[in-house]
Amino acid sequence: MTSAALRKRAWKLLEMVTTPLLPSDYLDLVSPLRAGADLRGRIEAVHPETGDAATVVIRPGRGWRGHAAGQYVRIGVDVDGRRLWRAYSITSPTDRQDGRITITVKAIPDGKVSNHLVRRATPGTLVQLDQPTGDFVLPPAKPAKVLYLTAGSGITPVMGMLRDVELDDVVMVHCAPRPQDVIFRNELHGLVADKKLRLAEVHSATDGKLDIARLGELVPDWAERETWACGPAGLLDAAEEYWTEHGVRERLRTERFRPRIVVAGDGDGGGGEVTFSATGTTVDADGATPLLDIGEEAGVLMPSGCRMGICFGCVTPLKAGAVRDLRTGEITEAEPGVLIQTCVSAAAGPCDIER
Amino acid sequence: MTAIDPTAHLTAQQIEELGRELDAIRDEVIADRGEKDAAYIRKVISAQRKLELASRGVLLFSVFPPAWLLGTAGLSVAKIMDNMEIGHNVLHGQWDWMRDPKIHSTTWEWDHVSPAEQWKHSHNELHHTYTNVIGKDNDLGYGIMRVDEDQKWHPAHLGQPLWNFLNACFFEYGIAAYDLELGKNLHKRRRKDPEFRARAKAVGRKIRKQVLKDYVIHPLLSGPSFLTTLAATFTANLVRNIWSHSVIMCGHFPEGVQVFERRSIKGETRGQWYLRQMMGSANISGSRAMHFMTGNLSHQIEHHLFPDLPSNRYAEVAVKVRALFEKYELEYVTGPLPAQVFSAWHKVFRLSLPTKKPEVMTPDGHAMVVVQHD
Ligand code: FES
Repeated sequence: MTSAALRKRAWKLLEMVTTPLLPSDYLDLVSPLRAGADLRGRIEAVHPETGDAATVVIRPGRGWRGHAAGQYVRIGVDVDGRRLWRAYSITSPTDRQDGRITITVKAIPDGKVSNHLVRRATPGTLVQLDQPTGDFVLPPAKPAKVLYLTAGSGITPVMGMLRDVELDDVVMVHCAPRPQDVIFRNELHGLVADKKLRLAEVHSATDGKLDIARLGELVPDWAERETWACGPAGLLDAAEEYWTEHGVRERLRTERFRPRIVVAGDGDGGGGEVTFSATGTTVDADGATPLLDIGEEAGVLMPSGCRMGICFGCVTPLKAGAVRDLRTGEITEAEPGVLIQTCVSAAAGPCDIER
Repeated sequence: MTAIDPTAHLTAQQIEELGRELDAIRDEVIADRGEKDAAYIRKVISAQRKLELASRGVLLFSVFPPAWLLGTAGLSVAKIMDNMEIGHNVLHGQWDWMRDPKIHSTTWEWDHVSPAEQWKHSHNELHHTYTNVIGKDNDLGYGIMRVDEDQKWHPAHLGQPLWNFLNACFFEYGIAAYDLELGKNLHKRRRKDPEFRARAKAVGRKIRKQVLKDYVIHPLLSGPSFLTTLAATFTANLVRNIWSHSVIMCGHFPEGVQVFERRSIKGETRGQWYLRQMMGSANISGSRAMHFMTGNLSHQIEHHLFPDLPSNRYAEVAVKVRALFEKYELEYVTGPLPAQVFSAWHKVFRLSLPTKKPEVMTPDGHAMVVVQHD
């Protein structure tokens, strides 16, 4: 018997020993980061960067496949006991000797995860990880002239690139309200002093917002540069328009922050267009009728039980959008892994139910 | 069906007001649910796994009597924890809000011969929706016992103390059979129903796995301790079964608990539903350890009112619920475990014999029997 087959047999036996649990349930108790475990990471340190940003040092589990500079990782953090997933750009270089990665997080107002990571996360905490992804990366062949156009925490993927690959001619235009709000400011100025970077800081609190039409004043040869831009939607929209106007759209790559696709309907009772994506059914729903009824009326086979919120026989993935709990008024927004009880949830704006 | 309706003094408005007050209690806990609760269930799960592992380890040497005793005790407790404080409550969706796919009602499987999926249907759905409604809630006597004066007596009921005792010893199998609705489904035609066959198959698979683990694999691993490990696992299963059966009997069977007629729940309002849960359940009083080992089903009343609130919150909720019982002059049935177990068994014995019809008569000469809320 081959060793692979032997191992499979041994594992089968082990499964019989631990049934109804899996061997991994026990292994997780002692070694949650081992190879073969679900991908997780352990927070090892949190370093403040600015008043509202911090760098989180994470040791990823053995299954981590490594990232390319500029990519992001989705991380699942337990905030107030509830697991929430967010995507953050990786700010560490790809060849970090100790195998750790860093993400740099800016606390946004009312941001549950960002505030938790910046202000409350403690070393030793386990977080869930996905493999890194994203195509906001440098091409294999080093471009001759590069422009990094960033604003706020949009600097994070670019910092991952700056730390990873040394380029011959790089200009960075970075916008932040005030000097002290510039994340990585010391390091950037260090690069400038070493002549590895030319930097233009735009302080919007004093200079006003960056007017993209005047980019040429800061970087005269911007149109010749391969550009990577990351920041709020307004800036990126303006950039895309401007680059298109000048016929150099293909030189611009943008990375958008996670768009909030759906906002819960406000005050008026919500409601919206409901898509049952597994069956391809779409119907209009008001904000007061349980999605279970909406689905059944539309002929979708909906699992159900008590129809009053107690048996959990109706839980179904919410793939997009937001729903309102008819009992408490609580809004639940779609995120990977979020299940809702369709019998006590109504549409709070357009949503997508996996049925 | 008691002759005298203990809720007769409540007006319809009062019942709805009671419902609103209960909703408020629920909302308070939900708003406050968080990190501490998550840490609690994680701690319990990890402790249970460690205890089970350690006990199975000790049982490898169970030829030595002290090891046998220690291992058996540990395994019994571990199995009780798995079924009561963890399994039952996770499968109720009490921890779904954490969004941890590993501690979720849709993924959890327990140390029990009834597959989680089937148990969720019969327990969460049927029992919790139709609590104590005769003919709808099969938990009432599990279809093998007479638990209320108004159920017709049959000579077969004479044996019910024995059935109940056997059911206690092999409780998990009883539950599996009950989840399958075996009694109803063994009729020739139903037996062939593909859906029933699929479910029966799933139970078969689960039984095979459980039996293989407890009575073959672990004893074999113990080598020279084969027989003693076998005996230890059997004992642990027996202890767990009798314990959970006792706790569960205390939830709805003791004297003072009401049962309801099928037609009494037609068009039931939220307030009336709550009221039925209040009158249809009974608690066990005792120490924190007692509450823990019952999986907080000692707070059966609170659990039936709010089946999806995290079990670690029932104790604090109980104080407020009890105050409402007092305010609305309702009887909060509770007592220490031995008293409640005795009371439940007493009923099993009493009703194994034919009983007289209730004697309270309405003015027009009919027996007044129904607890009705409409
Ligand atoms: S059908 Fe029972 S919780 Fe939704």
